[in-house]
Order: sequence, then C-alpha cells, then structure tokens
Amino acid sequence: MSFINYSSREINCKIVYYGPGLCGKTTNLQYIYAKTNPEAKGKMISLETETERTLFFDFLPLSLGEIRGFKTRFHLYTVPGQVFYDASRKLILKGVDGVVFVADSQVERMEANVESLENLRDNLKEHGYDLNNIPYVVQYNKRDLPNAADVGYMRELLNPTDVPDYEAVATTGAGVFDTLKAVAKQVLIELKRTR
Amino acid sequence: MNSQLVLYEEEFRQITEICDMLHRDASAKAVFLVDKNGQLLANSGETAHLDTTSLASLTAGNIAATGGLAQLLGEKEFAIQVHEGERDNIHISLVGQRAILVIIFDERSSLGLVRLRVRKAGDVLSKIFDTINSKASEQGSTVFSEITDDDIDNLFGDM
Ligand SMILES: Nc1nc2c(ncn2[C@@H]2O[C@H](COP(=O)(O)OP(=O)(O)OP(=O)(O)O)[C@@H](O)[C@H]2O)c(=O)[nH]1
Ligand SMILES: [Mg+2]
Repeated sequence: MSFINYSSREINCKIVYYGPGLCGKTTNLQYIYAKTNPEAKGKMISLETETERTLFFDFLPLSLGEIRGFKTRFHLYTVPGQVFYDASRKLILKGVDGVVFVADSQVERMEANVESLENLRDNLKEHGYDLNNIPYVVQYNKRDLPNAADVGYMRELLNPTDVPDYEAVATTGAGVFDTLKAVAKQVLIELKRTR
Repeated sequence: MNSQLVLYEEEFRQITEICDMLHRDASAKAVFLVDKNGQLLANSGETAHLDTTSLASLTAGNIAATGGLAQLLGEKEFAIQVHEGERDNIHISLVGQRAILVIIFDERSSLGLVRLRVRKAGDVLSKIFDTINSKASEQGSTVFSEITDDDIDNLFGDM
C-alpha cells in the first residue's frame, strides 16, 4: 500500500524480498546499500541473530528521484527465510506494494524454493493479495556456484506465470539492480493504473 | 488490495498541529505519528538528531510483532506500550485502525501526563484519519494517472 503525501510531495512504496533461508535476500540489500549515493539512501537496519541470519527484517529506505514533482521513495524489506519464522514473514508482507522472490539456484535448494514460494502465496492471500495480481519479479541468485541448476528448469518450477526474471550473483551485484528496477517500475505502473 | 494512504495538505496540517500540541502539553521531547506500514506521517519536537525513517519502520515492526502476540493470546491488540530507558522513555499507542503515536519523553514529563494527553489527542486523531480514509476512497490520487513510461524510465537513469 503506497503512501502519497501531497504536503511534502512524496510518494512511498514498500518492496519485500522473499525467499528461502540463505538464498541471498539480505545480500541483495547490502549490495544496493553499498552502491547507492549517500544522499539517496537512509540507514540500513538489520534485525538479525548472532549468526547473521535475519531475525525479523532488514530495512533500507531509498530515494529514486522525482516524478511529476513528487519525490519517490522505496522502502526495501527482507523477510527471515528460515521456515520457523513464518509469523514474522506474514507481518512484513502487510502493506506490500511489490515482491521480489529470490530463489537459490543450488540444485539441493529447489525444494526449499518451491516451499517458500507456496508460503509466499499463502501469506499474501491472508492479507488479501493475489501473487498473480501484484507487482512481482523473480531472481535466480547464486548463479556463480558450480551446483547451480539450469535456468530453464528453475523458470518452469518457480515462474509459471512468466513474470520478469533475472539471473543474479548478489555477492558481486550482478543482476541486483536489474531486479530492483524491474519491480520498482511495476510498482509505479500499478500506481498509475489504480490511481 | 488495501486502499492506498493519501495525505492532503489540510489533514497533514491538522495532524501536525496535534503533534505540536502534544509535544507542548505533554512536555515531551518529540512526538511522531507513523502509519502501521512504517511510513512517517508527521512529527514535532527535537527530531533533528533522530533517524526518523528508521524510527518509523522499527515502530511499525514493533507494533506488528506485538499485535501478533496479542492475537496468539486471543486479545484484539495491546493498545499501549511503554519502554523506560535510563534517560529517555518511549510511549507507543495505536490511533484508530492505521496509525501509531510515538511520544519520547524524559524526566521533564511523566508517564501519567503523557497518558492523559495521548488519550485526548487520540480521539481527535481518529476523526482526522476517518476523513483521510474517506477522501482517499472518493478521490484517489490523480497525479499518477498521468505519469508516462518515460517518467518512470528517467527515474532509473543513473541506477
Ligand atoms: N556464492 C554466492 N553466495 C551468495 C550469493 N548471495 C548470497 N550469498 C551468500 O549466502 C549466504 C546467505 O546470504 P544472506 O543474504 O544472508 O541470505 P538470506 O536470504 O538473507 O538468509 P535469511 O536471512 O536466513 O533468510 C551469505 O554467506 C552470502 O554471502 C551468491 O550470489 N553467490
Ligand atoms: Mg537475511
């Protein structure tokens, strides 16, 4: 749910990075944070465990510039991917404007990807959203690993509705901004549609 | 999807006035009004040295987590939270369906005073939010129906 402030002439949108544990959601945000001009970003907040697993969420506010005299701000969130943090994942989806599903390309993580995607669908449904009807992109992360599955296969498994999808290596940043741009663009187009 | 939150000048001015009033009447250090999704709506007082964006997001996360706990216990919600620090204290309360009021105060004020002022302001704020909600569903936001694909592409110029 976007927030438009006519007084400060700002528009704020919420984007959530979803996906199984260790797929690289936090790494996506860290890369974006590292590569963005200081004036375009706020502080990145990570609520994590002692072993650097996301405990509640990561949060990164980004400013993208102006559209028709309105400052556009995106609030990027990641969810905790570990299965038992489902209650927290659900909370973070509240009011979401766009979703990035980050899949782990490693063959042995396919089942975890599929489960997480189903979990995303279910949790969105509880908030009254339908994954088929919201701004949504898929990222195949960890393409650098030798045990990465074939992209065609992953697409069939994880992107049956053929939304925009991107190969990525979040640790080096490959594909990270393409993914963000794609979802941000969809969110703005959706704003235009729903007026 | 949820209706989006649209804040026009008039209501923005009203909620900011209430924050100013609370800041004064509760002898608070700072007052924030945040929406449940983590957006900062208005603030007043000593806010210059604070990271208000982070504050808004963490407050919303906190309220969401507490709301989840309440549901687990079969409560509707826990409407008020107070955290006491060595120097500063923070009073967090729900306003209507969609907003969160945050008061930061120190020894110049007291919990009793903050409670009292918050209760009074809460009713007024709820009414304003009713107006905000009905305006949003009537008018929608027209600027964005006119944006073009080029406008959107230009945003990503240097990304
Ligand atoms: N080789 C490789 N490693 C990656 C890549 N992306 C992330 N990693 C590593 O994978 C590990 C987990 O990454 P995180 O970003 O913390 O994963 P996460 O999805 O946030 O995990 P949770 O918070 O538990 O849900 C870290 O050690 C990262 O450095 C990638 O593209 N390639
Ligand atoms: Mg993480």
